[in-house]
Amino acid sequence: MLKEKKKKQESLHKRHSDLAMANKQLEKLSNGIFASGELPTFSEKIKETDQFPLRPNKLEILQINVGYMCNQVCEHCHVDAGPDRKEIMTRETMEQCLEVIRNTGAHTLDLTGGAPEMNPDFRWFVDEASKAGIKDFIVRSNLTIIRANKKYYDLPEFFKSHNVHVVSSMPHWTRGKTDKQRGEGVFDLSIKALQELNAVGYGMPESDLRLDLVYNPSGAFLPGDQASMEKDFKKALLEDFGIHFHNLFAITNLPISRFLDYLIASENYEDYMYSLVEAYNPAAVKNVMCRNTISISWDGYLYDCDFNQMLELKVASKIQHISEYNEDILNNRKIIISQHCYGCTAGAGSSCQGAVAN
Amino acid sequence: MASNNYYDPADLRKFGNITEWSKELGDKFFDYYGKVFEEGALTAREKALIALAVAHTEQCPYCIDAYTKDTLQRGVTKEEMMEAIHVGAAIKSGATLVHGVMMMNKVNKLEM
Repeated sequence: MLKEKKKKQESLHKRHSDLAMANKQLEKLSNGIFASGELPTFSEKIKETDQFPLRPNKLEILQINVGYMCNQVCEHCHVDAGPDRKEIMTRETMEQCLEVIRNTGAHTLDLTGGAPEMNPDFRWFVDEASKAGIKDFIVRSNLTIIRANKKYYDLPEFFKSHNVHVVSSMPHWTRGKTDKQRGEGVFDLSIKALQELNAVGYGMPESDLRLDLVYNPSGAFLPGDQASMEKDFKKALLEDFGIHFHNLFAITNLPISRFLDYLIASENYEDYMYSLVEAYNPAAVKNVMCRNTISISWDGYLYDCDFNQMLELKVASKIQHISEYNEDILNNRKIIISQHCYGCTAGAGSSCQGAVAN
Repeated sequence: MASNNYYDPADLRKFGNITEWSKELGDKFFDYYGKVFEEGALTAREKALIALAVAHTEQCPYCIDAYTKDTLQRGVTKEEMMEAIHVGAAIKSGATLVHGVMMMNKVNKLEM
């Protein structure tokens, strides 16, 4: 039992798990029920509605992953992030990103990780990036980081002074479900962090300081209706803890990395893939996030999305690194797909901004 | 029969196939079924909990499978799920016990 617990606190990389390797994950996603033809592959599925090959629309979002280090080891994490991950974006790569941010046509800048705040140059980067005049500047904060160490206590004020849009994960309004997915004690720390964000104005009704929550199901099932979940979250968090927030994004767990490991270990993999394929919604393909996003990794490489980044599937373009960034050339690429993409097209669809289809 | 069991979890996915042998009635049933579970005077969440309780009183493995997943997807907690089942169980046992009055009436009529 203790051994199990310890294992849960380590990334797949640290455990030298087979699934830490992107090619092993891609193999799993291509073999079995997909190789046998029991379920259609994602490319076969989108061919049915003439949406293959998938191509970008207008670029709207630059998502930058500033490192895989995190103070948490969440069971569903597609990044396989944790305290033992050492991949961190350097200031040099950040400078290359800033050059792109200053010249991009994108209206949203989205910083993610790991816990982006753990990058030693995080504050410098936010300072510089916020001067570029991007309309929506998102930082994906796991909340507990705000309470993890004294040096982070002032983050709510720091976010406020840069008018950062805070997007935070919260799998449920109850302690049990939250801690099971994100680790013991995470719920109480998250509640405290949310109260502190509220105290400086984040998430308050009528406030311009945006605070949105991300809901990921805590298990092998899909998210329910985003609007209904938002109503339930708002009611419970307000009644129980006096907490306010703006919107809830319901995000489907994609079958890669630690969530894939969990699906296989719990013998839920096939059923989960069936659920995703059965819930396939061609309308969601139209607005799937890889069509308006470029994802940049800690070492400056370019990907169609954060999930492809974790699967080491670089953009299919002659431009593959931030140092040679060219939006026009990148916009002409074909998006790389595999069976994990079903996660973004199930039901109302799923993206880092939540549902994409009605 | 493809399986050696009366109940096969994979059969749940084939539920829609019942329309193959009676399209009109099957379609009408699924239209009705879908409509019933839409948001109405009751929320879809409340309806899912009712369905979960009835799934247990009906002891339908397919329905238990489907509505356990459905309620989880709607953010229903384990405590709420178990309480819903107790409501079903209470009605089931109450329905048994209230017939005890019938038995008592009969005994009272027959005994001197």
